[in-house]
Amino acid sequence: MIAKLFLTLAAALLAALLFTPESFTEVFRPLTHNNAPPIYLQTSLLRLTLSHLALVGIAVTASTLVAVAGGVLVTRPAGREFLPLARTITSVGQTFPPVAVLALAVPAMGFGAGPTLVALFLYGLLPVFENTLTALSTLPPSVLEAARGMGLTRRQRLWQVELPLALPVILAGVRLTAVISLATATIGSTVAAKTLGEVIIAGLLSANPAFVVQGGLITGLLAILIYEAFQRLESWSAHRAGLIRPQ
Amino acid sequence: MRFALPPLSALSPTGLLFAATGAIGLWLPLVQFKPNRIVAGQGVDLIAALPGPAGWAVALGMAAILALGLAAGRGLGLRLGLAVLGLGLSLFALGLAARGLMPEGNRMARVSPAAGFWLQFLAFALMATDALARLRPGIRTRAAILAGAVAAGTGVLASGWLDRTSVMIEYAARAEMFSRSLWQHLLLAFGSLGLAFIVGLPLGIAIFMARPLRKPVLTLLNMLQTIPSLALFGIMIPIFGWVAAHVPGAADLGVAGIGPFPALMALFLYALLPVVSNTWVGLSSVSPAVRDAALGIGMTPAQVLRQVELPLALPVVLAAVRIVLVQNIGLAVIAGLIGGGGFGSFVFQGLNQTAMDLILLGALPTIFLALVAGIGLDLVIETLSRQKHRSTP
Amino acid sequence: MIRLDHLSKLYSGRAVVEDVSLTVETGQIAALVGTSGSGKTTLLRMINRLVEPTKGRVWIGDTDAAKIEPHLLRRRIGYAIQGHGLFPHRTVGENIAIVPRLLGWREAEISARIDELMQLFDLDPAVYRDRLPHALSGGQQQRVGVARALAARPELLLMDEPFGALDPVIRAKAQDDLRAIQRQLGTTLVIVTHDMEEAIQLGDRIAVMDKGRLLQFAPPSEILTAPATPFVEALVGAAERPFRLLSLSTVDALREPGEAPGTPINPDTSLREALALCLWEGRAALPVSGGGIVTLAALQARAEGASR
Ligand SMILES: Nc1ncnc2c1ncn2[C@@H]1O[C@H](COP(=O)(O)OP(=O)(O)OP(=O)(O)O)[C@@H](O)[C@H]1O
Ligand SMILES: [Mg+2]
Repeated sequence: MIAKLFLTLAAALLAALLFTPESFTEVFRPLTHNNAPPIYLQTSLLRLTLSHLALVGIAVTASTLVAVAGGVLVTRPAGREFLPLARTITSVGQTFPPVAVLALAVPAMGFGAGPTLVALFLYGLLPVFENTLTALSTLPPSVLEAARGMGLTRRQRLWQVELPLALPVILAGVRLTAVISLATATIGSTVAAKTLGEVIIAGLLSANPAFVVQGGLITGLLAILIYEAFQRLESWSAHRAGLIRPQ
Repeated sequence: MRFALPPLSALSPTGLLFAATGAIGLWLPLVQFKPNRIVAGQGVDLIAALPGPAGWAVALGMAAILALGLAAGRGLGLRLGLAVLGLGLSLFALGLAARGLMPEGNRMARVSPAAGFWLQFLAFALMATDALARLRPGIRTRAAILAGAVAAGTGVLASGWLDRTSVMIEYAARAEMFSRSLWQHLLLAFGSLGLAFIVGLPLGIAIFMARPLRKPVLTLLNMLQTIPSLALFGIMIPIFGWVAAHVPGAADLGVAGIGPFPALMALFLYALLPVVSNTWVGLSSVSPAVRDAALGIGMTPAQVLRQVELPLALPVVLAAVRIVLVQNIGLAVIAGLIGGGGFGSFVFQGLNQTAMDLILLGALPTIFLALVAGIGLDLVIETLSRQKHRSTP
Repeated sequence: MIRLDHLSKLYSGRAVVEDVSLTVETGQIAALVGTSGSGKTTLLRMINRLVEPTKGRVWIGDTDAAKIEPHLLRRRIGYAIQGHGLFPHRTVGENIAIVPRLLGWREAEISARIDELMQLFDLDPAVYRDRLPHALSGGQQQRVGVARALAARPELLLMDEPFGALDPVIRAKAQDDLRAIQRQLGTTLVIVTHDMEEAIQLGDRIAVMDKGRLLQFAPPSEILTAPATPFVEALVGAAERPFRLLSLSTVDALREPGEAPGTPINPDTSLREALALCLWEGRAALPVSGGGIVTLAALQARAEGASR
């Protein structure tokens, strides 16, 4: 109940910030000094948010597709040889700092959205891959045996049984990826990607905390809402997969 | 003349991946030669980069290793040895290329590793990883391998063989600043970890004992995590600037709105959630029977906590150390953006000047630190949880 | 008809099933019994090629199973296992429809078949058809599992300890139902159990296995009266113990209200005799003189209870 109220408020606040930023002028004024502008106006907050979300959306979609395909591949007989390697890479790869990955993408890609996309994509692969692997290798054996025994082909078993049952866990990986990417994308603005980081960096450069708070607040609200949306999606899919009893 | 191709089943699928990666690496330019550090360079491939027949020799050596790795069912130890040899060979080629290509006395020119080198290195690193993952060495062996790898890496750098490569030239120009950055980076990562434990451990115990506190505390800490790092770092500056200026005695304690202090605080805040929630989870997972037994033999609740529950929760609490340390080593890079020092200074300076070598000088040691911390702590946690299982059957 | 012809399975050189030959006539039930690890499951799974035989052949009617694509073969053979293996993300109706859908039946036909089977297994389609498996009791799940195996009217049904996870009372009922339905549909059935009791009650013939070998393949009466080896005798003996225990109490103890046809029996008759009478005459209940009845289910439940 309280959670629901809180989420509604978060969504309302976000919408207000994006559509009528000027109405918050007086709210942010105390954070400024020397008559600095309280609201970031160089680019509209809405445009920055949309391009931020687009960047994250593209990267997360791409890493999800590739990571799920990879997870499926290494759990098939043909790809099983890659399993030990894949497991090690995912556990080691997740210790790579996202900022370092982003910085390393710049020499290869130049400035702009490119390196940010690549870094978000690469970094996003790991949680999804790891969860796909876990989900596919812990399916109930009796269900798989029954599916084989009834004459489902390999492909039918994958699409009709394994993936639907693995979906909730895979989605949890996508959620993790989405939330990390959302925050990491702000750093993309240090390499000139159009994201909400631009607002924060403008605040840092002009010593204007109002900008920093604005950028941080919008990104934080987005993260909360996306996290929540994914959690709903997960419990819906777990419910559909017959994995939990309805209340 | 006809070649008898080996049957496909005799080929190792992973070996094929490594061979393909390595082959592309051999084909792409090994290094980039730049007349000065900012301008775009021009790729030089392995054969041309090394003096005389050395290029051919190295190329053949690498090709042989990759080809040997192709055959399925070779001993894993042999594979590991071959991979390490390959890694050595690619570093050897890089150093040799830098020595040969750098004009004598020219302080402006740069020879930096290019796609070819990175792919070769990646191919052999993957080969070694694969062999290691299959060998499943025990904890001691893994610890020895980790120590060996760190020693070997340091040894290669200390030997001076790579001194003519661009990253090392950047290093040489900033050796003093580098070691200062290293200490700052470690201070940021470990300092914030220490602070998080001083505050987080009691807080975790508190929410374990006082249920009503749990939800608000965890919700608050969770919300802190949603603030993007850039903003959290940024907002610490005015906050602590104000505190230092207005709270008497704060400045004397080291509170400041500039330098590493705001970064330390931001990292500390991020670290709180893992510490608090793992402490709580660890304590709650101690079985009630154990707790009852301890109370039953006449221990006071405080003794139960100190002598029974906390020791049993240790592996879970240590898992928080791993999470925090790896996360903060990475996030500490952002400190470089707000003048907090650390390797981030190099990264962002490099980004500003489009000086790739400077970016590498900041990014590579950060990755290295995070890797060593992650793998090392995994080993510690595994050792401890095994001991725990042995002592409580 | 199904014929196993010198079937063997070796795992890394070790024979898990060794040279097994047997024939099950159309419409008959063959029960495979034996101790744990004797190779029952392996033998059963070679029939639908979930395990490929190392040596020997499986004939289903006149076709060599090895000549059919495995997945096509499996669609012709019903398969039910312990723990039922229902798809948790599909409703009861969708679970039953799986093989008919794979075979390309028309939707109307599939729908009719679902209702028909659910009624046969005592599950009201209006109530259960659209439920997910987790919302069923263990016994209901198990019945859906068997209904699903029978959905595409297979000529042959394979079952691996289908009642293993059920409690004794539900189990006895499930066995009765299975027997009745099998008779009604005329399906050939091979069922694995490690419960001699169940084998005797269900099987037209019993195959006793030990260490991968087939020791005896004969009707229950022959297994009971002329066990081929000491091992078979020991298995039968273990099964008889509960019956001996039954002889210690009288019908009076299990008397319950109700009516049943036939001559009433004396309340002092031993439970063992009452059970024998039920089984011998194929009756579900016997009237007791002085009022009330004693049911086969109650007798079996008592026997089950005594055996643990
Ligand atoms: N894939 C396999 N690889 C190696 N050995 C196997 C394999 N499958 C089964 N076995 C071995 O074959 C033997 C027979 O197994 P099977 O499952 O057929 O026994 P069972 O009679 O069904 O036993 P239970 O009553 O316990 O189910 C066992 O010793 C088992 O360990
Ligand atoms: Mg079995």
